[in-house]
Amino acid sequence: MSEHFRQILSSILEGLNATIWAALGGIALTVVLSFVAGLALLSPVRLVRFVSRLYVEVFRGTSEVVQLFWLYFVLPALVGFKLVPLFAGILVLGLNHGAYGAEIVRGAVNSVPRAQYEGAVALNLTPAQRMFRVLLPQAVVEMLPPFNNLFIQLLKSTALLSFISAGEITERGELLRPVFGSEIVTIYGIELVLYLLLAVVITVIMRALERVGARRLGRTPVKRNLRGKALETAGR
Amino acid sequence: MIRFDRVVKSYGDHVVLRELDFTVAPGEFVTLIGPSGSGKTTILRLLMTLEKIDSGTIQVGGEYLSHRERGGKLVPADEKYLRGIRRRIGMVFQQFNLFPNMKVLQNITEAPIRSLGLSKGEAEARAVDLLEMVGLSEKADAHPTQLSGGQQQRVAIARALAMRPDVLLLDEVTSALDPELVAGVLAVLKQIAATTDITILCVTHEMQFARDVSDRVIMFDQGQVVEEGTPERLFTEPSQPRTQEFLKAVIQRA
Amino acid sequence: MDWDWNNAADSIPLLLKGLVVTLELTLLGSLVAYVLGVVFALVRRGGIPVVSQLVYLFVEFVRSTPLLIQVFVLYYLLPPTTGIKMSPFVTGVIALGVHYACYTAEVYRAGIEAVPKGQWEAATALSLPRRRVWTGVILPQAVPRVLPALGNYTISMFKETPLLLAIGVVDVLSSAKAVGAETFRVVEPYTIAGILFLLISYPASIIVRRLERRVGQL
Repeated sequence: MSEHFRQILSSILEGLNATIWAALGGIALTVVLSFVAGLALLSPVRLVRFVSRLYVEVFRGTSEVVQLFWLYFVLPALVGFKLVPLFAGILVLGLNHGAYGAEIVRGAVNSVPRAQYEGAVALNLTPAQRMFRVLLPQAVVEMLPPFNNLFIQLLKSTALLSFISAGEITERGELLRPVFGSEIVTIYGIELVLYLLLAVVITVIMRALERVGARRLGRTPVKRNLRGKALETAGR
Repeated sequence: MIRFDRVVKSYGDHVVLRELDFTVAPGEFVTLIGPSGSGKTTILRLLMTLEKIDSGTIQVGGEYLSHRERGGKLVPADEKYLRGIRRRIGMVFQQFNLFPNMKVLQNITEAPIRSLGLSKGEAEARAVDLLEMVGLSEKADAHPTQLSGGQQQRVAIARALAMRPDVLLLDEVTSALDPELVAGVLAVLKQIAATTDITILCVTHEMQFARDVSDRVIMFDQGQVVEEGTPERLFTEPSQPRTQEFLKAVIQRA
Repeated sequence: MDWDWNNAADSIPLLLKGLVVTLELTLLGSLVAYVLGVVFALVRRGGIPVVSQLVYLFVEFVRSTPLLIQVFVLYYLLPPTTGIKMSPFVTGVIALGVHYACYTAEVYRAGIEAVPKGQWEAATALSLPRRRVWTGVILPQAVPRVLPALGNYTISMFKETPLLLAIGVVDVLSSAKAVGAETFRVVEPYTIAGILFLLISYPASIIVRRLERRVGQL
């Protein structure tokens, strides 16, 4: 029994690398796109708003799996070259979750009290200065909890990369199933625990960022329960 | 009618009522005054069974509110027993708390039908009378959100009275209203005090109103009775320094 | 642009058949999620000694792990251990339903919590019977508020159904894949599949947004 367990474990762990790279890459791309598209949604220029709104609605409105298939199977047929599975996966993860992230950014910036914006105008700051030195710093702290949830969603989505043979955890498990048919509990059990651990890591990092961010704004950080729900309102 | 015996109530580490003793006679109109945190609202909430006491006993109309008698001993009251006693007590809240999913008339008939077992006809007849008494007959079919604060509070008063309670608790019922709407509500309360023999316990900052209507005024501070007496005596010649301080600050503001 | 209109036209019937399956999955899965979510929420709220904690752990666990693996567990683990063999479609419905029930339970909880405390107190002050407090005061105020969130989860479920092709459910994507395998052209079927999703989920999300605005005014 224990011999099989070790074999299964080491085999699945070989996929951990790909999962982590996919998650990190996906998160990085998500953050970039979230801010670019999110700020574009707030742009005074109508065309910019329109293009980013188009991006957001298309990628939020279509299925992530479909996007994955399209990028991996259709794009090569159109442009001629094939994408490395992991890279295609990171691209889809980033594009898809970046669209949701854009709304988080937009919502958070909008939630900064209007008085802050007006104070910045009164001080004669340029629009860029207003955004980057006054509004965004305050908005970022508000963004962290929803981004925490988004990143965990992204982590869960890395399992979809098993459809395009990226070599991550879920795929490794599926390769084992014909071999170790009787130990399905072990296979899926290990997979689930791995995903849980990775999710915890993400949450721990995000909460630490939240504390840093809140302190820099002179606030006491909000105490949250396991799920991230605020247990009390933020103090000053 | 109401009797508090050595009642202790704390929230966590914070002791709000310390061994509080006081009584209210049937039909009396008693106003409780004092600074925030002195425990006045807590007394009302305890009477309305919204909170439980830590020790001591409360009696309403000779029956224990906080406990029930079982074989000669006192046992903490259970929900079923409480519901029986609770019917005799009504409360009007600072935030009105009308039910937004019901029209005005239904707000008033809801409890008489569901809790007292009145028929729809009887409940509506009672509601119509009460609406007339508070001066809102034409609003029976309106939505709470369409009414002003003062009107909503008057509906809340009618709603509480529809239960024909023996005791009516008023928790800063005008504090959330625009100043110009306060008078209308106070007028209704004066009328009730004059025409019914309901025992009324009122927490308010409206000192003039307290003077005009109360039979007795009790000054609270830090969960204890500081002083009590008739309005004339308490307001013109307060004997305790704490009372004098409080009244000076409050009347200066007015 | 390398687009074959003929192929596009030919694939549509098959894709639409797959779409029907997708919609059925979404509808049934949502029903399970809505009802099961109530059960979870009630158990959590009821504070039953061991069961409530177990439900809490289960809900958190399901929300933190990939749906795909949960599907696999249901499809490959259940038959050998319990002897029940379910079709891919039924497995899909149950997996989606249980997964999203863990989200709707939270929505229900938040909806009830959002009803102002004063409403509870007024109901108590009027001695309303417990059942009536729920049916007459609390639920009429809580239910409208949770509808937008429930709508959004249904839309999310709709977009997640394609992953069920891993266990052989013949939905839109699976149909597109089949067409691609037959005709050796992937551009048209996959693109149309994507468009079909957009055609349904975009209007749906507009409706939910409008609902959200109306509820926000209550």
